[in-house]
Formats: sequence, structure tokens, C-alpha cells
Amino acid sequence: MATAQATVATPTGYRSFWHGDWRDWMTTVDHKKIGVLYGVSALFFMVLGGLAAVIIRTQLAVPENELVSAELYNQLFTMHGVTMVFLFGMPMAVALFNFLIPLQIGARDVAFPRLNALSYWIFLLGGLFMYSSFLVGAAPNGGWFGYANLSSRQYSPGLNMDFYSLGLQILGVASIMGGVNFITTIINMRAPGMRLMRMPLFTWMAFVTSFLIITALPVLAVALFMLTFDRTWGTVFFEPGAGGDPVMWQHLFWIFGHPEVYILILPAFGIISEILPTFSRKPLFGYSIMVYSGVLIGLIGWGVWAHHMFTTGMGAIADAFFTVGTMIIAIPTGVKIFNWLATMWGGQLRFTTAMKYAIGAVATFTFGGVSGIMHATSPHDLQQHDTYFVVAHFHYVLFGGLVLAVFGAFYYWWPKLTGKFLSEKIGTWQFWSLFLGFNITFFPQHFIGLLGMPRRVFTYSSELGLGGLNMASTVGAYLTAIGVLLFFWNVIASRRSRERATPNPWGAATLEWGTESPPPAHNFNNTPVLHSREPLWHEAAAIESAVRGEQRESFHMPSGSWWPLFTAVGIVLALALFMAPVWWAPLIGLAWTAIGVVNFAFEPT
Amino acid sequence: MTGNRKLLHSGALGSLLVVSVLLLSACSGEYPQTTFQPVTEFGELINGLFYNTTAWTMAILLIVEAVLIYILIRFRARPDAPEPKHIHGNTLVEIVWTVIPAIIVAVIAIPAVGAIFELQRPQDEGAFVVDVIGHQWWWEFRYPELEGVVTANEMHVPVGRMVYLNMRSADVIHSFWIPRIGGKRDVNPVPATREAEPERLNHLQFRVNQAGAYDGQCAEYCGDSHAIMRMRVIAHEPGDFQRWVQAYRTLAPAPTDSLAAHGMQVFMRSPCIACHSISGTSAIGRIGPNLTFMGDRWSVGAGAEENSVDALARWIISPPAMKPGARMPGTRTEGGGMPPTGLSEQDVRAIAAYLFSLRADAVPAAAPLPPGDTTDAPAGTGISMQTHDAD
Repeated sequence: MATAQATVATPTGYRSFWHGDWRDWMTTVDHKKIGVLYGVSALFFMVLGGLAAVIIRTQLAVPENELVSAELYNQLFTMHGVTMVFLFGMPMAVALFNFLIPLQIGARDVAFPRLNALSYWIFLLGGLFMYSSFLVGAAPNGGWFGYANLSSRQYSPGLNMDFYSLGLQILGVASIMGGVNFITTIINMRAPGMRLMRMPLFTWMAFVTSFLIITALPVLAVALFMLTFDRTWGTVFFEPGAGGDPVMWQHLFWIFGHPEVYILILPAFGIISEILPTFSRKPLFGYSIMVYSGVLIGLIGWGVWAHHMFTTGMGAIADAFFTVGTMIIAIPTGVKIFNWLATMWGGQLRFTTAMKYAIGAVATFTFGGVSGIMHATSPHDLQQHDTYFVVAHFHYVLFGGLVLAVFGAFYYWWPKLTGKFLSEKIGTWQFWSLFLGFNITFFPQHFIGLLGMPRRVFTYSSELGLGGLNMASTVGAYLTAIGVLLFFWNVIASRRSRERATPNPWGAATLEWGTESPPPAHNFNNTPVLHSREPLWHEAAAIESAVRGEQRESFHMPSGSWWPLFTAVGIVLALALFMAPVWWAPLIGLAWTAIGVVNFAFEPT
Repeated sequence: MTGNRKLLHSGALGSLLVVSVLLLSACSGEYPQTTFQPVTEFGELINGLFYNTTAWTMAILLIVEAVLIYILIRFRARPDAPEPKHIHGNTLVEIVWTVIPAIIVAVIAIPAVGAIFELQRPQDEGAFVVDVIGHQWWWEFRYPELEGVVTANEMHVPVGRMVYLNMRSADVIHSFWIPRIGGKRDVNPVPATREAEPERLNHLQFRVNQAGAYDGQCAEYCGDSHAIMRMRVIAHEPGDFQRWVQAYRTLAPAPTDSLAAHGMQVFMRSPCIACHSISGTSAIGRIGPNLTFMGDRWSVGAGAEENSVDALARWIISPPAMKPGARMPGTRTEGGGMPPTGLSEQDVRAIAAYLFSLRADAVPAAAPLPPGDTTDAPAGTGISMQTHDAD
């Protein structure tokens, strides 16, 4: 590709967005800094969630193990799920959205920069609030799905499920704010010529994901408020003794929970769709079909929630409806996989670490899709539901799909983010240890489930004959953990590396590669005008002289503010203090929030 | 360099295939909770459907992964290769690979929908009804047809007759799952206002074709000891089933062993009888598990430990030590809103000996049992039946 790198000299006085002391980071409204904050926080929580996973696998390595108590085990598997979904998966997607969307559509920031900061601080404080439960020995222990009526005050008398309901409520607030922000940004802030059907596929998937976030998370919020009211003030929404119905919680939770699955996987689809064309040196095959199938997956994703409930006893008609609906989703998903293969077909494939991750994600996601069809078929879901078969399935989708894609994203955009490269050599080792470790962990779990081991058990009888398979799975988990550690080693090594990244080191086609690596705080010296879907392949010279050349436009970048952080503390307090023994405690948080909001609103930017 | 990596990649996928073949062959081993060896039409229907779905989806999977590997080898970058052609798409190809998966989905979905309705058909005429009640963390089985017969953690059914389960929970949601019998079904607490509506109960219907003991356990996370909420379905030949019922309804003979006899005395005047029943005695408590034929059970505490006098004694001393969260009071610990029992160690041993002596074959039967059967079934009912190989 004619990448025309370095045809435009870096102007003197260029300063990357990384510039700034700790105060700048605490008050920042720069989408790239907030993206970094989200990313670092998400990785921090990933390590905690991963640690829980390693303890879980160690406990299950042999039958009738007594490493951890039932009480602690139940807290660990609950927090592993909550962490990987709410504190790693979603925030990591949001980290990438933050860093990439404005750069990909030619904007200088997101639509609401301070709202963006507020959303980050609420997320971080919410995550720390949830983990503070370990300090009082009462981490959530009812599963990430928190089924009623086990979650009621009667059957969960401790603070555990209060941390769950209030913690998730806090995190939901942050997510909804983020979703609104990204939708507004994508609709309103595209550079001239960046039509919707010219947007990079990653931004398209972020767009669909954001709609899912602002529609699905409120359902969870309502359900969580009902749960909080039940626990705090004795309402009876889910209390069968008083005529409430615990099954209603399952419906509400999964009406949120299934779109949530697509919230986690669509960003991964976006990442794969960026990496494959770059390293195949070919445009994405069937761009519009890829967009439409992503939108379709998002839409149908709303009509399949009850496939999580085939054993609940909904009746044959509902079971049949949700069986067929779920299978239909396989069609647009399959189309995506075929189009990825077609993108590579006839290309010049370069097996960089990023490319390895993208290919690995396609290979394993396909596997997870196939086992998904197996329990979409509700009669055999009756055997597979709540067993390790399901654990294997969704880890193939979410680890194989999301986590591998996210590591691919790190290797791919690292030069853009930092101006340096992650080592390809360590990267290759990391890829193979994750890829093999992951498969060794989760492949045997299909059989562990089909041979009769349910999920969420802190122990299992040696009579089941499943000790060997479980041991294999545990060995794989350790190999996976090594893979994650290798990544952190690579990050440290790259800081010492002298090799500097040019603006477009991979010869990629999308707009973010036109600006400096790392970009300046204002992203683009002049707003580019686009005429094609692959600007850096078709109009590189014009784009680069606009975005990196001498600055002719005048623009105003918003200044930092303490009020997002201040207001976030108030919102988190207002919700967290529902746990306090006195009814007026949340009012303290509300008052704090009110002060924050007023100052937030009247501060000049 | 790329050639090396490519080899590594295909090698990894190849070894995955080998592993999967090995694992599949491992399925013929001894797994008491396997889903692959059903003993009912219910389980066989599911299994047949599973093989159909698996065949289609595995075919797709293998084709996709094979094409992927081919692409990785065939289209790897070569130093002097020309720029690849920029193909943006091909409508015909894209239509084809939308329509073909749609057809495959239909092929999978049609028999699946048929099976859904087949598996949830209404109660058969003349079915043997069992009321299943889930408790944190044990199972209660009541038999409306056999008045007064109640068992805990072991369900007794006749072979060859349709069994129909009415299931509900006394506390939180559980799930009834005996893999060799078939799929699971949740055991939900029924809203108080709708207790009278039978359609609010969940059901399973199956006919066991083969006498034996089939293991299962709760499949819906239900709190601390969800992992120790196991159960066993014991399917008797019809004649044996009749004898078992008869034994259940006969006045239990006083234990001959002096320690057990002392244990019976202690049991009958201690707080035990507030919660537990033993058929044919004055113990008629209904809160805890029914202890009739406790000596025949395979385990103590719904799978907490293998049944023995020693395990029973340790259970009576401190249930939560063997099973986290267990509600029964111990000798020094309170539980379930009851004070400690304060029983002496001697009394505990005596009660354990008494409970272990409670066996169906100790009851004088109208029709004598064939000799030798009891030795086959140390952990079963003591009545002619195939014991589980894993015992």
C-alpha cells in the first residue's frame, strides 16, 4: 500500500496527549487520557478477576478439595463473573471506544468530554466499592445473575447482595452515560465526508453496542431497584411467600443479560474487522453486509433472552419460540465469519502478533458459536444448562472472542497509543500460551459438563470420575495466567524499547493512522475531508497534509475539571449508602451530588 | 519465519482434534452422571437430537476451520508478490453463504421444536406421581399414591411405569437433574397466591427402562451447599417395589443390637423427633428429612459423606462441619432456630448405630426376600436391584 509515511514532517512544537502531571490526569476531559484510564482500570480488575479464576480452578483441580471454604468459593465465582463482565469486558470496550472513535471519525473529542470523565470516575469508584466488600468479608455470593429469591434478605442476610445490587447500579449509571456520549459523538461529530457507510467497522460496532447499552442497562437498573427495595424496605416483588414471583427476576435479568452478551462481543467483531484487512492488505469483504449483520445481531439479540431459562418451566410454546429465535442469530453471525475468511482470501497475510490474535479469535469464536447452537436447541439444553458445558461455551465466545480480540487490539493500536511497539517476540509467546492455555482450560469442560458436573459447585464427588479432566482444565488455567503475565512483561519491555512508531506503521487504511503516533491532544491539526472508506489507501497525501500539516484551523479544547470526580463521589455515595442502617444516609450522597452538579454546570470550559 | 509459525498453528489445531477424539473415547468410561447413557425414552430423545445437532454443527466447524487453515497457508505474504486485488464483496457469494446456514438452521430447528412439545406433553393416564420438594440443601419425595410414604434424597420408582413429577421448592429455586434419566427442570417456589394453580408447578415425565440407581444433583445455584445437594433415583422391578412399599408401611421392629436399642430410646425422647420421621415409630416430625431406612441410604447429608455409623455420629455432633450452612442443630451448636441438642458422645454413638440399623431388609416381610440380595446393595435399599457401579 502506498502509505506515504513521513511525507509530512512532524511540526515543531508537537506535544503528545500523554503530556501532563497527576493533576491533569485526575481532571482530564481528553478522550484519549480517559481511554487510558479506562484501560488501566479494566486491566487492574482483569487481574483481580483472573486471580479469582485461578483460585477457582485450583479448588476444582481435584475432587473433594478443601483449599477454600464453600462461603469463599461462592464469593469468588460470583466476583469472577461480575468482574469480567462489568469491570473488565465493558470498561475495556469503552476504553477502546474512547481512544478510537474520535480518531476514526475525525473528531477532536467526544461530544460531552466532561460527562465522559464523570462516567469514568463513577465506574472506577463503583468497582472499588464492589471490591471493598472483601474487606468486610461479605463479597457478593449469589452469582453474577443474582437469582431471586436466594438474593432476598431472608436467604442472603449479610451485606453480600447489597454490595451486588448497589454496586451494579452504580456501574450501570456509568455505562449509560458512556453510551449516550458515544451515540451523540458518532451521529454529530464525524468529519466532512465521513458518511455513516464510510465509518470504520469498529466505530460501527461501537455505535450498535452503545444503543444496546442505553436500552439494556436501564432494564437491569429497574430490576436492581426492585431488589434493593425488597432487601431494604421489605417490598415483595420477588417474594413468593407474599405473592411475588422470583421467575420475574430471571426475565428482567436476561432481558438485560442477553443484549449484554452482544455488548461484550460486538466490539470484538469491530476489532477483528479492523485488523484482518490491514494485515491481508485487502479491504474488508462485504462491508455493508458486515454493518447490517452487526445491526441485525443487535436487534435479534433483544428477542432471545429466555434461552437462558429453558429449564425454568416457561411452557413448550415459549421454549419453541426462543429456540428458533436463538438459532436465527447464528445466520448473521455466520455471515460475519465467512466474510472475514473472504477478506483474507487472496490477500497477502502478514502474521504479526495482532493478526495472530485476530485469527485466533475467529477460530475460537466459531467454536463457541457452534456449541451455542447445541444448547439453543432447548431439549438438549435441558441436559447442558447449568453444567460446565455452558461454562465452556461462553468462555469460547467471550475469552476466545472478546479477550483474544482485545489483546489483538493492544498489539495493533499500541504504536498509535504510545508511539512504541510491543515486542513481537514476546507477543508470539504470549499468543501461544494464551491460545493453548485457553483451549486446554475450556475444551475439556464441554465433556465435564456432558458427563454430569454442574456449575457453581465448590466441590465434586470423586465418584463422578471427572478428576482427570478437571486437572487438565486447571493446568490450562495456569498456562493462561502465564500468558496474561507475559503481556504485562511486554508492556514494561516496550517502555524501554528505542524503536519509534511512524504514524502508520502497519500500512492501515483508516483515519486514526493519519495523525501522529501518539496523537497530540487535539488529534488533528486540521479537520480532514474524506472521499472514501479507506482514506489512507486512496487519498493519503491529502489526509496527511491536513491532519499533520501546518495548523490553519482555530479550535478550542475544553479545559480540565475537578467537578466530574467530585460529582462521581456524590453519586456513588448516594447509592452505596443505601446499605447504611439509617434511612437518611443516601441523602448525604444526594446533597454532595447536588453541589457537584451545580458547580459542574456553571463552570466555564 | 512465517512458515514456522504457520506450522505451529496447524499443529495446534491438529493436536486439538486429537485431544477431542481421545476425550470422546473417554466417554465410554464409568461416569455415574453421564448424559450419554440414558435409561428413559426422555433421555434417549434428547440424546438423539444432540447427535443430530452435533453432526451438523461439527461439519460446519470443521469446514470453516479447514478453510481458515488453507487460507493461512495459501495466502501468506510473499516478498515479491503483487498487491492483492481489492475485492469489496460479491453479492452472489454472500447470498449463498446466508442461505446455506439458514437451511442448516431449519434442519436443526424442526426436530428440536417437535421434541419440545413431545417432552412437555400432559400427564399420562395412570402415571406414578411423585411430589418433589426442594429444600436448602436436600430433597423430599412424597408419593400421593402410597399414602404415608415419604423419602429424602432417594426417590423410589417402579421400572416400566410412567413417572410424573410435581415439583416445587420450600425455599429458593433448585433444579432437579438426574442426567441418565434425562434433562433437568427447575424446582421453583410457587407464589403464595397461586399455590392452588397446578400449572404453576413444574413437571418432568419419564419411564425408567432398567432397574438401578441413578445419581443426580441440584443444578441451580441455591446457596452455600449447592454442591452438596445430591440425590439418587432408585428404580425397582415392580415386584421389588411392592415389597419395598410393604416394608415401609410395616411397624419397624425394635433393634436387636443393644447399642442401637439404646439409640432408639434416646432418639425418641430427644429433640430429634421434632423434625424427623421414622416410619412405624412415634417419630413423626416433618421439617427435616425423613429418616426411614436411613441405613440403606448411600450417603449422609444429601451427599456430604458416604454413609457409615461414624459419619452419622460426626453429622449429629456438628452438621455444618460436614456441610456448610446445614440447618440442623449439633450437640454444641444451634441451628435452624433450635438450641444445641446437648447430647453426650455416648448417646450420639447410640443414635448413629440405631439410624444405621434402619433397613428395609430388617423388616419381616410377608414374602421373604431372595437370599444374597442385600450383599449386592450395601448402599442401596437392600432390595433386589442393580447397584450403581460407582458405589
